[in-house]
Amino acid sequence: MWTLIIRRMLATAPVLATVAVVVFAILHVAPGDPAAVIAGDQATPQQILDIRAKLGLDLPFRDQFVLWLTNTLHGNFGTSIFSNQPVGQLILQRLQPTVALTITTTIVTVALAVPIGVLAAWRAGSWIDRMLMSFAVLGFSFPVFVVGYILIYLFAVDLKILPIQGYRPLEDGFWPFLRHLVLPSLALGMSFMALIARITRASVLEVLSQDHIRTARAKGLSVRQLLFSHALPNAAVPIVTIIGAGVAILLGGVVVTESVFAIPGLGRLVVDAILQRDYPVIQAVLLIFSVTYVFVNLAIDLLYVVVDPRIRY
Amino acid sequence: MGRFTRRGLMTSAAGVAAGVSLFSIGRTGRAAPSSKSVIRSVPIGNLKVVDPIWTTAYITRNHGYMVWDTLFSLDEKNQPQPQMVDTWEISSDKLTYTFSLRPGLKWHDGGKVTSADCVASIRRWAARDGMGQALMSFTASLDTVDERTFKLVLKQPIGFVIEALAKIDSNVPFMMPERLAKTDPNTQITEVIGSGPFRFAAKEWVPGSKVVYEKFEDYVPRKEPASQAAGGKVVYVNRVESVYMPDAGVAMAALASGEIDLHESPATDLLKMVEGNPDVVITPNDPHGYVLFMVLNHLHPPFDKKEVREALLWGTKQEEYLATMAGDKKRYETCAAMFGCGLPNESKAGTEPLLNPNIEKAKAMIKAAGAEGAKVVLMDPTDNDLHKAALIGAQTLRRLGFNVEVQAMDWSTLVQRRASKAPPAQGGWNTFITNATSTGIANPLVNNFAKNCEQAWYGWPCDQRVVDLGRQWALETDPKKQHELIDKLQAVHLESVTYVPLGMYRPAIIYRKELSGIIRGPALFYWNIQKKA
Repeated sequence: MWTLIIRRMLATAPVLATVAVVVFAILHVAPGDPAAVIAGDQATPQQILDIRAKLGLDLPFRDQFVLWLTNTLHGNFGTSIFSNQPVGQLILQRLQPTVALTITTTIVTVALAVPIGVLAAWRAGSWIDRMLMSFAVLGFSFPVFVVGYILIYLFAVDLKILPIQGYRPLEDGFWPFLRHLVLPSLALGMSFMALIARITRASVLEVLSQDHIRTARAKGLSVRQLLFSHALPNAAVPIVTIIGAGVAILLGGVVVTESVFAIPGLGRLVVDAILQRDYPVIQAVLLIFSVTYVFVNLAIDLLYVVVDPRIRY
Repeated sequence: MGRFTRRGLMTSAAGVAAGVSLFSIGRTGRAAPSSKSVIRSVPIGNLKVVDPIWTTAYITRNHGYMVWDTLFSLDEKNQPQPQMVDTWEISSDKLTYTFSLRPGLKWHDGGKVTSADCVASIRRWAARDGMGQALMSFTASLDTVDERTFKLVLKQPIGFVIEALAKIDSNVPFMMPERLAKTDPNTQITEVIGSGPFRFAAKEWVPGSKVVYEKFEDYVPRKEPASQAAGGKVVYVNRVESVYMPDAGVAMAALASGEIDLHESPATDLLKMVEGNPDVVITPNDPHGYVLFMVLNHLHPPFDKKEVREALLWGTKQEEYLATMAGDKKRYETCAAMFGCGLPNESKAGTEPLLNPNIEKAKAMIKAAGAEGAKVVLMDPTDNDLHKAALIGAQTLRRLGFNVEVQAMDWSTLVQRRASKAPPAQGGWNTFITNATSTGIANPLVNNFAKNCEQAWYGWPCDQRVVDLGRQWALETDPKKQHELIDKLQAVHLESVTYVPLGMYRPAIIYRKELSGIIRGPALFYWNIQKKA
């Protein structure tokens, strides 16, 4: 096990190095000038030149890269060009909402999608199956922001049972925290839920046609035992895989969801940084997203052991 | 190789629960005041830069008004009034200005406001601001006299000393503690300590998302009633929580439902969502609003020819732009003045083409100049409200016979590219549309967009008459003669077409009826506002 973990940890190094170089290069090749954005529209050209010099943006590309790389290797992500705050601090401020949103979404999604997929497989070909899979197609088809607007209109504007926007930290109490996450989680999780439900259906359907299921059924097991104790565990590996892959979908989705629901998370941080060319922030957040993705995949590999005891590392 | 088992993993997973402590990372303790004492608002943008001298961004200017105070301020008639200054004297030769500060002024960290703070603050502001630079170019000395008094001595009499210190728009001459004001003007300050009516709650600041201001209990307001940026800044609430919402529709819904109290910059096309809502007030808050204008690149064809630029004045229908930007007719008016309409330097000189457009005449002028069918590169900032005006601009230019190439880009790209003097085919440009507050262009010294030759803004217009008349205006101390110079200056601007004025519009603010006492002005001032239970 430890060999696997260490090997995978070492494998992250070239991935992160590639991400770092590519992101840095793209950012500096792309048009846009943070100094001009900082200075504002009333600024004179000379004021902009002064700010650019002060921020070191007039240095050659190679010098800027070496400086950034040296600092990053020392664990220093630098300071935001705009707010003058350490990038590490900005990320910590924004981490909680994004982590909370991602975890809540994953829990809600898995809790709903897996039973839906199992039910559809059990009733394969029936109207229940067709209805559930139609909903799954709809879930795929709607963009996150459209789902967000529909949910806001229904549950916040019309029924007035949930807040329209914002985020409340756990310190404000569990209920306010949860209330503010319900709609964003549903909006963000809709396509993810559809994906898991379809994969679950296909995997369970395949297992249901196997001999051991027929034997279990002949022994007189209840439907619940049959589906959740025998079929689902044997169909779990592809489901767990897709849940892991889905984290990438969620990381992409949080950017939109956080903007729609005014949640101050990492997604919004990086979008704002991109629009204003706040290079240190963009680079740091994208590195964190890459690390997260690598480690989620590692966690999924380790989870295979739990869902299928035959697997050994 | 270690054996990896299901039991082992489950045990390890328990440790992950410890990760819940993550939820306390980056959080800070805070009080939870009752909603009555808090105004929750959506600002005009997300505050990322806190130094109003380092940037001219309006969101930072607005932040500045919360935290810092000024020596003088403009009242609702745009007349300078003392603010931090108690008394001031001008010598008979009009060369020496002596200012005394009000007693009892304090910084948010408890220190006393002194004349040394003000001298350092004026110097830092003047290093960045156009009007400040002009003031300093005529200044022989600026020194403290005692703890509450300082003296400014001029090389020759000028007519704008008090106007400069009362400047209401970016960069506003905010007074800062000497230790902050001595920061290099090209470096952002690291502390937000002012003597204004609100304290900046640094620990609650989430850059780009949320800013919290707390009432400064030791602030001593003036006795006069509040009037635009002048008068008594009496604060009636404990806190202002300013939360940036990137989604315009969600922000509107949040106001309609009462989750927020005030929206400083609602999307014009979404105002219908709250029209008719008895709990919501829609009103233009800035009486002078914004001016919109088309910037022309004077270096490259076709706008290097004066005749072609002049044709644009005849071929522009301001109403088309204004209706797009402001929607309701009550919130815009045609305005061809270079230094703002309804302001002291409004002039009618040279405005005939813009106020009486004639498309056929414009087309004929373009044809005569040999520019018919000429390619025009128009930069369109699609992530900015100005995108709407850019589309109208493209259609206007097409109507006049130009071959328009609309190049879509984000604002950050536009502000970089506008600095390029290269020909349009090599990464340059011909035109773009931008805006400014009317008070931000209210005289020849503050209107950076209208400067010419060596001081020219992007577009690089150069007519030496503009430079000479601008200097004469700065030196003139007689208001009547100053206005005569404004007439001449505007006539020259519009004759040489520095840029194309596209009119004036007043964006609306919206707020819940529980709020009262909102002061009209170019920025949203939070003093004087009361919130009913």
